[in-house]
Amino acid sequence: MLAAAVLAYFALRENANLFYTPEVLAEKGLPRAGKEVKVGGWVEPGTLTYADGGATMQFTVIDNSPNTITVRFTGVAPDLFREGQGVVATGSFDAAGQFTAKQLLAKHDENYQPRELKPLEAGG
Amino acid sequence: MIEAGHVAAFLAFALSLAQGVFGLRGERRLAGLIAVGAFGLMALSFLTLINAFVTSDFSVALVANNSHTLKPMVYKIAGTWGNHEGSMALWCLVTLGFGAAAAGGMRTGRDVFEARALGVQGLLATGALAYLLFASSPYLRLDPAPFQGAELNPLLQDPALAIHPPMLYLGYVGYSFVFALAAAGLMEGRIDRVWAKEARIWSLAAFAPLTIGIALGSYWAYYELGWGGWWFWDPVENASLMPWLIGAALLHSVVVTEKREGFAAWTALLAVLAFLFSILGAFLVRSGVLTSVHAFAVDPERGTLLLIGLLAYGSFALGLFAWRAPKLEGGKAWTLVSREGALMANNLVLVVAALTVLLGTLFPLIAEAFGRTISVGEPYFNLTFVPILVLILILLPIVQAWAWGKADVKGWLRWAASGAGLVLLFVLLGVGPLDISPGAAFGIALGLWLVFGAVWELKRRAITFGRVFKMPRRVWAMTLAHAGLGLFVIGAVVETTGRYEATLALPVGGSDTVAGWVITLDDISSIEGPNWYADRAVLTARRGAQTAVLEPMKRFYPAAAMPTTETAIYKTGTGDLYAALGEQRDVDGEARWVFRVYFNPLVDLLYFGVALIGLAGLLGMWPGGRAIKPAEAEALP
Repeated sequence: MLAAAVLAYFALRENANLFYTPEVLAEKGLPRAGKEVKVGGWVEPGTLTYADGGATMQFTVIDNSPNTITVRFTGVAPDLFREGQGVVATGSFDAAGQFTAKQLLAKHDENYQPRELKPLEAGG
Repeated sequence: MIEAGHVAAFLAFALSLAQGVFGLRGERRLAGLIAVGAFGLMALSFLTLINAFVTSDFSVALVANNSHTLKPMVYKIAGTWGNHEGSMALWCLVTLGFGAAAAGGMRTGRDVFEARALGVQGLLATGALAYLLFASSPYLRLDPAPFQGAELNPLLQDPALAIHPPMLYLGYVGYSFVFALAAAGLMEGRIDRVWAKEARIWSLAAFAPLTIGIALGSYWAYYELGWGGWWFWDPVENASLMPWLIGAALLHSVVVTEKREGFAAWTALLAVLAFLFSILGAFLVRSGVLTSVHAFAVDPERGTLLLIGLLAYGSFALGLFAWRAPKLEGGKAWTLVSREGALMANNLVLVVAALTVLLGTLFPLIAEAFGRTISVGEPYFNLTFVPILVLILILLPIVQAWAWGKADVKGWLRWAASGAGLVLLFVLLGVGPLDISPGAAFGIALGLWLVFGAVWELKRRAITFGRVFKMPRRVWAMTLAHAGLGLFVIGAVVETTGRYEATLALPVGGSDTVAGWVITLDDISSIEGPNWYADRAVLTARRGAQTAVLEPMKRFYPAAAMPTTETAIYKTGTGDLYAALGEQRDVDGEARWVFRVYFNPLVDLLYFGVALIGLAGLLGMWPGGRAIKPAEAEALP
């Protein structure tokens, strides 16, 4: 029982994913390279480009601050992924500050959107 | 029509309250008759809801919000429970259904006890119906009625999701009657062999559909979300896993109570907790307090009401437990090296596993209270849940042979020999021709170990009982469930460690190679369904002499203004070749289509293993196979 509690404590300390908006990133600095985190904000219009013959997408995430995060993602975009819309990406930063996502969630509809984005919407 | 249903639900509400009162006063016959009547009324009421969906009566708000005339009939019917209000109506129906089934099915010979169990069930139904009628009524009319409905969420228009909620609810709500039995047993201060015999059957009645329901939900997520995986440690998935783990612990603990009158207080506690975790699950899913990819209809106010219900039921049952548990009998003596010891270890592990899931699921909420936005993902669960369960799986084939009371020391010798066998298997798999990672080799060895252990146990018991097919069904059930667990472990390990995935961006006529398969995009065309239109890709996959045609689609449902991904799956015999169609991308002036292609090895084995566990649960409910020994019959009143 105790062993399980210790295990859970360390697992949580290592693996609870912090949420970064561009503003939070500028404030707190880069997390450790390779550590899994989430980033979120809006996809800046006009920044979506493709690489690897089209398999990889790259775009810039913005919020109400002047800062930005560049996100790379290899895969199929979520059905409701659009420039100008909200997005939450799970992945990690490398040492240079480039974020590589392994999963993207886009705002679904009026009734459902990633919870992390609610404060952003209220603020903006 | 719908008004008649509304009235019937009100009458069912009144009858449930009466069932509660007369039941708690000990009037077995009357409470039973009322339970059957209440169920009949609610069934009528539910039929009026289904009828409104079938006839597309858009003057009913629920139908207008969740249906459409063009929708296929099966999804019109399934739409009845594919939304918050309708699913709560289903919850009420199943609660009353279990009450009615119990009224006719209990065989303890204890009238007052049975009456009280029906009484508690009546009060649980009263609570559910009050929530339905006063906080989420499906019976409301719209005036004027709209000409057309707003469609059911297209993601839910799927065969697996049509039967997933009823199955899951049979499980969740099935534990309401286990809860009622525990409460009635505690009121009497008798959690004994007769009680356990009854409680075991109802625990299985909840566990089997819950298992199947979770598997259906997982299978749906596997092919409908287009992410290739089968479990995401999403809060909604965790919400169903927690009662399952507690329910599994209960199934093992109730046997000790039945056979040895041991663990009485612990069994009663688990019986209560299984239902509390079910309501917690409903709360997590319905309130939207957690980020989930499955959260469809969320409303914080309803969440608060569910939380109040959870606290009320919880404090009632746990208070009763704290008051009565010290008076329960201890059962026969046992040492650590015995079947009791083994089942205690099993219970400890399953409950701790459930608590780690609970912690991981609720931690984001706790952190949020301290002003930090975080989420807990797969790595946490892989580091806590998995090693904890591995511990008990290694022990399972050995300790299931241990005798009640005190096991033979020979068990320890077998232990050592079996452990050596396991290590050998592991080394052979890892170092041998397979060339796989140590983790994968360990996982596969563990799965084979479990299957081997199940067969071995069957053989061991068959010698005692004569012939294999004359063995009690519950022995078969146990063996099949443990073998199913082994098959699940093999499938899960092979799928997780051997999954191959790639993203392709192909122009029409272009091709690329994935996991040895040469995949060519032959064509993209537009097609139309009853209530959707779609882009459909035709992919040809070739490997050696094998050729497969995959036709993944991206559908658009105009009424709901929502796209969905329809994956294409080809069964290769060793796994699934799986393709999902993405969007069109403009790459250097050329139009390309993006595909996510996976090879998921042995994924069917994983689902087959889980299905076996569910079916074993149904088999275990069946009585018979062995006559009651005279010594046991004496103990019966």
